[in-house]
Amino acid sequence: MNEPVTMPKVESKHDARWQRILDCVALRQPDRMPVAMYATFWFAKYGGISNKELMYDYDKTAAITERAVLEFEPDAIAPLFSSAALGRVLEATDFKQLQWPGHGVGDHQPYQYLDREYMKPEEFGALVRDPTAFYLNQYLPRVMGIFEGFDQFPALPGMFYLRAINGLRPLAQPALRESLKRVLAAAEEVDRYMTLGTQWNRRLMAQGFPLINGSNTGAPYDVLADYFRGAKGMMKDLFRNKDKLLEAIDVMRVNLTRMTIANAKAAAHPIVFIPIHWAPDAFMSKKQFEEFWWPSFRQMMLDMIQADLIPMPLWESDCTKRLEIIRDIPPGKCIYWFERTDLIKAHEVLGDVVALRGNLSPSMMTTGTPAEVDAAVRNLVDNVWNKGGKLILDTAFGIPDETPVENVRAMFDAARRYAG
Amino acid sequence: MNEQEDRLVHLLASMEEDEALTLAKRMLLEEKQDPLRVLELCREAMDIVGKKFEEGEYFLPELVLAGEMLEQIGAVAKPLIDTSATGARRHGRVLIGTVHGDLHDIGKNIVTFMLDINGFEVKDIGVDVPIKTFIQEIHDFKPQVVGLSGFLTLAFDSMKETIAAFDNEGIRSGFNVMIGGGQIDETVRAYTGADAFGVNAVEAVDLCRKWLGVAR
Repeated sequence: MNEPVTMPKVESKHDARWQRILDCVALRQPDRMPVAMYATFWFAKYGGISNKELMYDYDKTAAITERAVLEFEPDAIAPLFSSAALGRVLEATDFKQLQWPGHGVGDHQPYQYLDREYMKPEEFGALVRDPTAFYLNQYLPRVMGIFEGFDQFPALPGMFYLRAINGLRPLAQPALRESLKRVLAAAEEVDRYMTLGTQWNRRLMAQGFPLINGSNTGAPYDVLADYFRGAKGMMKDLFRNKDKLLEAIDVMRVNLTRMTIANAKAAAHPIVFIPIHWAPDAFMSKKQFEEFWWPSFRQMMLDMIQADLIPMPLWESDCTKRLEIIRDIPPGKCIYWFERTDLIKAHEVLGDVVALRGNLSPSMMTTGTPAEVDAAVRNLVDNVWNKGGKLILDTAFGIPDETPVENVRAMFDAARRYAG
Repeated sequence: MNEQEDRLVHLLASMEEDEALTLAKRMLLEEKQDPLRVLELCREAMDIVGKKFEEGEYFLPELVLAGEMLEQIGAVAKPLIDTSATGARRHGRVLIGTVHGDLHDIGKNIVTFMLDINGFEVKDIGVDVPIKTFIQEIHDFKPQVVGLSGFLTLAFDSMKETIAAFDNEGIRSGFNVMIGGGQIDETVRAYTGADAFGVNAVEAVDLCRKWLGVAR
């Protein structure tokens, strides 16, 4: 098992950098504009290895990600090792929701999500009634091969006294026994991967680089849409299964909130990264957004704030039309990272409520020149940072995989040149 | 249009799926109405759906449900049709696919649907499409427009390579190339050498209309 995660003693550079992030969150002026670093497969390009090696070779990935942090000296970093080195745990669990190098895509390609219907519309009731049983018997066997025998896992509620003993019998069946063995073996790999991730985080913190988030989660609607019903299924549910959908979103919210708070506490870090997938302007009407998407996520953020956490949603794509709605949270408690939403506009609407993060465009980062990157940083400094915006500079959604190293250098250099 | 026909169009365009399907089935199976006429009514309803999408009243969920309703009615109507009588007029041919290395298809599917309901003959050749497959399909299908879709940043290079291959094959002048997807903008258009880009399905339809000289 992992040893308990505690904040290590760190040198003052760490504290100064961490203070910049906390100042931004609290809407106070930090001593300079912080720059965050997040990337996954860009590290393969940076380190001169294949995407497959990045995902599988723990030692190389730890060294390359550490080298990049030391070279660019960001003010805060994502848990970079953990988000890149996923190959062995995906393989150990026989994970079905991604294709990754050697498993459906080539050695130099990134992993990609498989949008499928992992839960049928007629299963809403089962999910809501007994989520644990639904996970054990239906959901987990569909998303990880190691759980294939768990469709036989006994129903636990209703067991009592000697019936609880008799109820163990399915665990003796060959398919379930085999499955249990595979789960235990996979858990060992997961433990190894997470231990290495924790060690990497602590090593970087000790060298002065705070994590910008210690854990991550999803929004209730998004988790149900992406990982259960599939995009098409969920969009049909908005018409065909309205009430069941709302009920399931609420159950998802309760369980997600509980797990999110527990994970953040275990990571000993208040900031929780939340990639947001279904909020974009084009994905649903304002009415649908206000009915199906926003209330559960807002409540989840409020509960997280109540637990002294700092939600950091990454609003993917263009969410300009949502800005007035997502403004409705307590000021000084969140970081809103925007992917394609104009940060100048976001600052106008949200500048007195949240810290902002982002958002140099992927097309410019990958195909542009260092001079263009410099100009784009300057534009954000002039129009957001110098106008009082509490901006944590970053790319739109991590450094794009194909970005030339000189463009990354230009981003960090320009930040220091124009904003301290 | 009589009252019943009017009602079917209204139900479909208002996303009243159950009532629309019940009525369509009654018209087709019990009242033995002309299936081509029922499909024509569906098309009219889809016109309304498309317009509401363009005007920002409808969004992706409505397009998805509209597509489902159309498919279900089509499944009932098509076996009843005398095949010799089919062959609706089409504005032109559009070949569409997600470029190699990228498995995303939601945006591409929406563009395909919108082009289809706007009168274009669309051939969707799927995701992760190799360059040679695009070239083969262009020879076979003879499109006036080729749409390249991609969500990941790796698609920038895949699009560039695919379009360069059209040039090398000497076929580039036979059609226009449009690109689209989550990260696509003018910078990517210039990088790939595409003729145009669109940020949504409406823009894709507008581009095809413009290139093929179709009035709105």
